[in-house]
Amino acid sequence: MIKFLLKGLMRDRSRSLFPVLTVFIGVFLAVFFYSFMNGVLEDMVRSTAHYQTGHLRIMTQAYAKEANQNPNDLAFIGVAKLLDVLNEKYPELIWTPRIKFGGLLDIPDEEGETKTQGPVSGMALDLFSSSSVEVRLLKVKEAIMRGRMPKEAGEILIADEFAKKLQVSPGDTATLISSTMYGSMAMTNYKIAGTVQFGVSAMDRGTIFADISDIQVALDMPDTAGEILGFFPDDIYHEKQAPMVAAAFNQEFKDSDNPFSPQMGTLPEESGLTDYLGLIDSMSIIIIVIFVLAMSIVLWNAGLMGSLRRYGEIGVRMAIGEARGHIYKTLILESVSIGIFGSVLGTLAGVAVSYLMQMYGLNFGFLFKNSALMISSVYRAQVTVGSFVIGFAPGIISTVLGTAIAGIGIYKRQTSQLFKELEV
Amino acid sequence: MKYTNITLLLILPALLFSQAPSAQEIIKRVDKNILSDSKIVVSKMIIHGRRGQRTVEAKSWQRNIDQSFTEYLAPAREKGTKMLKLGDKLWTYSPATDRIILISGHMLRQSVMGSDLSYEDMMEDPFLQNMYEAKIAGSDTVSDRPVWILDLKAKIKEIAYDARKIWVDQERFIILKENLYAKSGTLLKQITLGEVMQVEGRWIPKTALYKDALKEGTGTELIIDSISFNENIPDTIFSKASLRK
Repeated sequence: MIKFLLKGLMRDRSRSLFPVLTVFIGVFLAVFFYSFMNGVLEDMVRSTAHYQTGHLRIMTQAYAKEANQNPNDLAFIGVAKLLDVLNEKYPELIWTPRIKFGGLLDIPDEEGETKTQGPVSGMALDLFSSSSVEVRLLKVKEAIMRGRMPKEAGEILIADEFAKKLQVSPGDTATLISSTMYGSMAMTNYKIAGTVQFGVSAMDRGTIFADISDIQVALDMPDTAGEILGFFPDDIYHEKQAPMVAAAFNQEFKDSDNPFSPQMGTLPEESGLTDYLGLIDSMSIIIIVIFVLAMSIVLWNAGLMGSLRRYGEIGVRMAIGEARGHIYKTLILESVSIGIFGSVLGTLAGVAVSYLMQMYGLNFGFLFKNSALMISSVYRAQVTVGSFVIGFAPGIISTVLGTAIAGIGIYKRQTSQLFKELEV
Repeated sequence: MKYTNITLLLILPALLFSQAPSAQEIIKRVDKNILSDSKIVVSKMIIHGRRGQRTVEAKSWQRNIDQSFTEYLAPAREKGTKMLKLGDKLWTYSPATDRIILISGHMLRQSVMGSDLSYEDMMEDPFLQNMYEAKIAGSDTVSDRPVWILDLKAKIKEIAYDARKIWVDQERFIILKENLYAKSGTLLKQITLGEVMQVEGRWIPKTALYKDALKEGTGTELIIDSISFNENIPDTIFSKASLRK
């Protein structure tokens, strides 16, 4: 019977083309939006972890209260010892110290006097060691636009856009004017090794990157860091394991009476992304519900129009003795076929476009010109197993639901009226 | 007799008020107390931070109101750092970088050596009568000294503190306490004098506590070790070349 129904559908385009197109468009949009939102939210989480909080972050309690101001006078002293403890107790994570700082970058002229200068934010991380997790996670080498990676003390990387604004190139000297952790003015000369672009507007506007050992000397912070970040080796935030590690650490090391004792927080706690992470979990359900509802209304309407057009056919089938339930069942089977066909086409098209978006992305940098958010300005989709599955639910449910509602009319027709109707 | 006493009681405040100098006269006397062609000051700042305290020592040469040269003497990390103010420009020199840097823009609001003083504080015209309209708000006692309380409101636009409340010693014409406010009315800084000393006939602070109201900590103590007025300071001191010497 299914073969018979399929033949009917293929021969009568008006019964298949519009519903298939509707399902195709709906499923395509559902797959694309799911993959796009997945990509954007995943990217937001990844960027936040890489540039701001890690998967876990350790700071002193006093520093944590003002973390957005990078209060290095409250930084953690005794980093080497704490790193040893962390590596011993939590070897499943990679631990790395960072210092964030602010100041002024001053470019000298030939006589050593100020040629140009601009406010700068800085990030000090492990750039020199060959096994540096920072270089790999932040894709520092890939971000280099001009010049090379810093190789020795006194060399820094500078955001490419910022370098152009200050009219400096690799090889030039720049003086960082900042504050030591004790508040004194700190002035240090650096050689610009290279320029970088990370695709994160907040960083590309005016950031420098230096090895942490250099900044510890410059800012009078020996064996000290503003924060120690922990990353899971697969670069994925493990929502069950991370809070357990944080709780165990805080239980052992956090001392409520000592503002300079360390405390550990998880990525959602540190970034305020708890709601966004919750949104990722419920996103697929939200998309399915929206598309099922919207497409059901469209397909119900299509079913009604189809029923009207097939008024005579259904009347004849009833007149020759076909049961109403059987007619209804065949219409549902037809809609399942249309739903599957449209869903397959829509999923393939949606995945293809999403994959292109994953590869190339769309640059929304113009929206982030003045943004301080550490998120990528290039939006990319992310194709996952869910992308292949998510379209089938709205694709099939909506066609069946639409046909089921439209087909109710079959039961309302009176057999006694049939011949009179067919005469018309 | 009874009526005479009542009349005296009623007119006494008016009589006293008529004897008090006007607000403008008070700030003129305050300015005169510090006015000199030049001065050389050796001072130290004890900065009480959230992680302990440290002491910064400096020697300053000042001429008129718009020329000043400061060399930091201690601690070792700051030794040799110099600052030069010429008019509305401020340069700093650090021996570690051998660079002369112009301090401008938002950097002027930054703390000097981690203290509760900002570069803007250093840049300000020290003469109140040039910058503020004053009115007497009352009288009080500070450190057992009778004082006038004056409210000052800025009469020029480009100014670090839009309003000040000062407590002026009625006899010595020295400010014993000062609150500095932003345009919004927010208290930004508090200055409280400790000891005062008389040098060459002028009353000047020996110790003062500066407290940035927006910062945690207990503030910065400023101690004047020595001060001499109207010294003959060579012109070469107030030049950029002297920063590298």
